[in-house]
Amino acid sequence: MAVCIAVIAKENCPLYIRSVPTQGELKFHYTVHTSLDVVEEKISGVGKALADQRELYLGLLYPTEDYKVYGYVTNSKVKFVIVVDSSNTSLRDNEIRSMFRKLHNSFTDVMCNPFYNPGDPIQSKAFDSIVSTMMVQAC
Amino acid sequence: MDQGSAAGTGGTFISLSDTEQRCYSGLYALCQPDSSGKLAAGKVAELFRASQLPAETLHQVTEVCGAKRLGYFGCGQFYVALKLMAAAQVGLPVRLESVAGELPLPVFVGIMNELEMRYPNHPSTNESQPHILGSLTGSAPRPPADRPVLRHPDTSMDKQEAWSPPRSPGISPPRSPSAYRSYPYGAQRNGTDTLLAHDGNVPGRLSVPQENSSPSHYSLKLQSEHPVITCVASVERLVERAEIDYSDEPWRITEEQREYYTNQFRSLQPDLNALIMGTVAKNFFTKSKLPIPELSHIWELSDVDKDGALTFPEFCTAFHLIVARKNGYPLPETLPATLRPGFVEPGVVTVPPSEATEPLIVFDDKMMPGANQLEMGSVDLQMTSRPGVTAKQDTRDESRKPEFSPKRIPDPHEKPIQRVSTLKPDSPQELDANMKSRTRPRSYSSTSIDDAMKKVEEPPTPPPRPQKTHSRASSLDLNKLFQQSGQGSRPSQHSLSAKSGWLPPPPALPPRPPATQIFSFLPGSEKSSQKAVQQPNFADFSKFREEDSTLRHQGHAPQKPVRRKLHPESESATPPSATPYSAATLTKSTQRPPPKQKREIQMAIRKNRETNAVLTRLNSELQQQLKVVHRERVTLESQLELLRPVAST
Repeated sequence: MAVCIAVIAKENCPLYIRSVPTQGELKFHYTVHTSLDVVEEKISGVGKALADQRELYLGLLYPTEDYKVYGYVTNSKVKFVIVVDSSNTSLRDNEIRSMFRKLHNSFTDVMCNPFYNPGDPIQSKAFDSIVSTMMVQAC
Repeated sequence: MDQGSAAGTGGTFISLSDTEQRCYSGLYALCQPDSSGKLAAGKVAELFRASQLPAETLHQVTEVCGAKRLGYFGCGQFYVALKLMAAAQVGLPVRLESVAGELPLPVFVGIMNELEMRYPNHPSTNESQPHILGSLTGSAPRPPADRPVLRHPDTSMDKQEAWSPPRSPGISPPRSPSAYRSYPYGAQRNGTDTLLAHDGNVPGRLSVPQENSSPSHYSLKLQSEHPVITCVASVERLVERAEIDYSDEPWRITEEQREYYTNQFRSLQPDLNALIMGTVAKNFFTKSKLPIPELSHIWELSDVDKDGALTFPEFCTAFHLIVARKNGYPLPETLPATLRPGFVEPGVVTVPPSEATEPLIVFDDKMMPGANQLEMGSVDLQMTSRPGVTAKQDTRDESRKPEFSPKRIPDPHEKPIQRVSTLKPDSPQELDANMKSRTRPRSYSSTSIDDAMKKVEEPPTPPPRPQKTHSRASSLDLNKLFQQSGQGSRPSQHSLSAKSGWLPPPPALPPRPPATQIFSFLPGSEKSSQKAVQQPNFADFSKFREEDSTLRHQGHAPQKPVRRKLHPESESATPPSATPYSAATLTKSTQRPPPKQKREIQMAIRKNRETNAVLTRLNSELQQQLKVVHRERVTLESQLELLRPVAST
């Protein structure tokens, strides 16, 4: 399960960051921040192609010794970043994809809410609950 | 007074001694009952004031006896109220338990000459008076269903023994199966003679939220809530005995509220079946002056299909949540069952328009009580008149479906039945709605995902599809999900058919060349390894399922025999052919009795594949390390060589 989940807006400002061991949050924030570079690299690399040919799931952005970072970008350049523990090798690519899918779904639900102004931090409880289900339950 | 008797104190067994009986009937007559048995509000108010109980106590009495719920005093309520006042005057708490025992007659100053004068002071009962007045005025037409109940207390009065005034629907729900809550109005009334104390308190407690919700509609503020709150505290422990339904009381929409919501909806969007756009709704709800995060949360709760617009049921839900919130109710985390759009309450009655025109919520204007107490009282009346809605407690919403208005079921006894019957179709529909809300088609331009998935995973496993619909061709996880919902002996099949029942037929699957390739590859090797055999089966299955969708339209029955054909067919090692589904079914080489096994095998295969990938990665990393180490070794050896001649020589 994920250790940290982040949603970053188009302008690269964070809309939502949540990590499981809440004391080590800053480390994950840095990780997510540096992963943005990789995301940019990946999406700009395919920039010459049409947008629909670019896939939303970016896959493993980069691994460190402790954890792996996966990325996903929507068509509106909203980025989802998931940090998972490296020791959790049983996580399949498919599961990561499904996690991103769920995230994307609940994100669109949040967007549909007329009371939500894009660019605001996401405070939806439904979104929180979806994220909680994806976070590491062990802690 | 069917309502009165029905709503009454709800099934409290009160034993009246002869003197009490006489006294009470005298008082009853004194209060000028009208033809239907309801008591004149003024007289009752006067009598209550004469009891010289504090206003709060009178409030409690009114609630406990059920008149508050009903909005007026019927015979039953009146008697119970008298008993309660007697109890209160003796010093017992205002609860139905108190009236179970022997009590002196209640004292009414200046009313009955034979009663003793006790307390000279009598606090003004400004609250109770308007309340009582309100409760007695504005009597709404009672549904005919209530009439049969009317006779009940009358007849019971004749017996000089314990009688159980019909219980107002609010009280009975806790005892009845939750499904019947608001409805078995008449039915329960007759049967709930055991609900005594609990019920007595329940009305007290229930009428609290009711009062809260209804006054809220009238933008009544907490002035009237304070005595109510004490009542709440007193009945708090009885609440635990109540079923869960009780706590949902504020989440029921009464007829009046629904009427009001309808008018509001029409003001925004004349067509009841159309949607209110998000921005329109936002502006409208912003006027309620609730903080934006709360409005946002309310929106999330009420927009079940997540389309950014509100249908009429969703609008009612949202409105109702706002109303409840404005009255101090905390917002629920999830949508209460009665507020879901699929919730159907039979016997929903449209309130007579006269009531509906009163503002339930004053949005920008005064949110303060003021003269709204009277309105509240009349609302109470209205709500009690509702057969289906268990009066005060069940201001819960019910069917969000637009067809609510025409439904008016006169016979309360039908309601429980109907309610059950509607609930059953509702539950799958609710489930359906939930599933739909969760799985509505998502339009990602994620074709590349499909391609990538196809490349990544081996062909036999159908690549997970984007959430178009839960077509069976989608990821196996979904199949497992449906399977787990318990579909029966043939899980995938039923789940597939169930899914098809819920959702529109899945779109045609894109061609899967790899699958067909597998077909051609493994015709002969079906009997070889199990995996090899399984692969064509998977492919077969995917083709089979694809064909299945077309089959489904013809009905579920043909599927079963077709599927069953697989078993005998699978014995023979017929080469798979890429032609119609019948051929696909025949191509099953090995016996795959239930698709469940196939799925398990697929899962196992995926797992193995994943493990393979991981191990491969690990392997490559280790290989690299090995290379590095090897290089080091080589360098070290060369260094050694350099040194050795020196050493040897």
